[in-house]
Amino acid sequence: MEGDIVQMGAYLGAGLACMGMGGAAVGVGNVVGNYLSGALRNPSAAAGQTATLFIGIAFAEALGIFSFLVALLLMFAV
Amino acid sequence: MATEAEDAAHAAAGHGAEAVGMPQLDFSTFPNQIFWLAVSLVLIYLILTRIALPRISGVLAERAGSITNDLLAAEELKQKAKEAEAAYERALAEARAEAQRIVGETRAEMARDLAAATARAEAEIAARAAESERRIAAIRASAMESVAEVARDTALALVEALGGRAEEAAVHAAVEARLRE
Amino acid sequence: MDQFIVKPLFGGDAIHWYTPTNVTLWMALTVAAVALMFVAGTRGRAIVPSRSQSVAELAYGFVHKMVEDVAGKDALRYFPHIFTLFLFIVFANFLGLVPMSFTTTSHIAVTALLALAVFLSVTILGFVRHGVQFLELFWVKAAPLPIRPILAVIEVISYFARPISHSIRLAGNMMAGHAVIKVFAGFAALAAISPFSVLAVTAMYGLEVLVSFIQAYVFTILTCVYLKDALHPHH
Repeated sequence: MEGDIVQMGAYLGAGLACMGMGGAAVGVGNVVGNYLSGALRNPSAAAGQTATLFIGIAFAEALGIFSFLVALLLMFAV
Repeated sequence: MATEAEDAAHAAAGHGAEAVGMPQLDFSTFPNQIFWLAVSLVLIYLILTRIALPRISGVLAERAGSITNDLLAAEELKQKAKEAEAAYERALAEARAEAQRIVGETRAEMARDLAAATARAEAEIAARAAESERRIAAIRASAMESVAEVARDTALALVEALGGRAEEAAVHAAVEARLRE
Repeated sequence: MDQFIVKPLFGGDAIHWYTPTNVTLWMALTVAAVALMFVAGTRGRAIVPSRSQSVAELAYGFVHKMVEDVAGKDALRYFPHIFTLFLFIVFANFLGLVPMSFTTTSHIAVTALLALAVFLSVTILGFVRHGVQFLELFWVKAAPLPIRPILAVIEVISYFARPISHSIRLAGNMMAGHAVIKVFAGFAALAAISPFSVLAVTAMYGLEVLVSFIQAYVFTILTCVYLKDALHPHH
């Protein structure tokens, strides 16, 4: 019984952790959207900023991956 | 019940004594992975630095060099083409001048020939005209002569027919006088 | 999760550090792919490249330009190391997309080693190049004096968080993609939604191809950024 409650808590926590992915999605969308609007205003400067774009995406996305990792840890390692 | 299923899954997937769900967190496999990772990284590094990178950078440098050479050669060829074009232009201009000169000469020669021919023809025409006039004059003179002859003969005959004794000299004089009127 | 399990190749249970496992197999294939592309592909050394040679030259030019643009000209000394990292990750990621394969880069042990190697070498390089002055990286001169200590603490924390995020990003992406594909594939057993499931697996696979390349790119470019911090620590 007690194990079942722990299990339930772990699964609930895993599901809640997945909400963090939404935040990462918003962040990545924000980065790309702003890049795109900037790039459309000044297309000649866009090519030089793709590296920055990918770094920004990577930082934003890493946090989503962390939440995924927390979910996995709760599901399998706790 | 869920734990039992979980445990069964672990047992099915299991290796070693670990009951860890995520294979990524199975620390017993870490030395193995790290060892083989190090081996493959060193291999890739050796492949790259010993063989691939010198080769590629060599090819790229060679290509850059040959492109530069080709550009230089192209520049040279362009220069040559320009020179050839200038020479051609010059030759063309010369030929044109030559042609102009030949045309002028020919024209002058033709004009000279024409003038000569005209002069010759005019001289001939003049000679012919003089000849004709001379002959017409001769013909006219002989015609007058014959008219006087006929008139004298006719007058002599008339006088004799009328019964007179014709003085030839008087008749001649009379006819001459009448003809002269 | 059993596509991530490390198994000995030739039977047996014990995994010693020298045991040839599926890790060994797929890393060997990665090395073989690199060798095929860069040794067999460039064998012609042609001025006008063949198809395989121009792919190799493209990869070379891509990473070379990235190192030069992001980390500066003097970082080109470390170009072979960065190129090694890039090629290993990109080929390991792509080979991991082959069905039934084992993705070596989905293991935190592998990516943590890569990230730690980058972190340690960059830190050591920074201290060797600049000595104690390297610590100015954490002392933001542009900020007003009172908040500099706070900023320094934040900078130090973020500096030490680098290898963690660096490694977990790569492993997490690889693991997440494969897990999602497997979840969708699991739905294919239900006849009613199997068409949707097959479509979703196809779409995820396409996304994963993209992600495989982008994660290798991101790993490499972050390495370049860290290298730039080590070479030019003054902001």
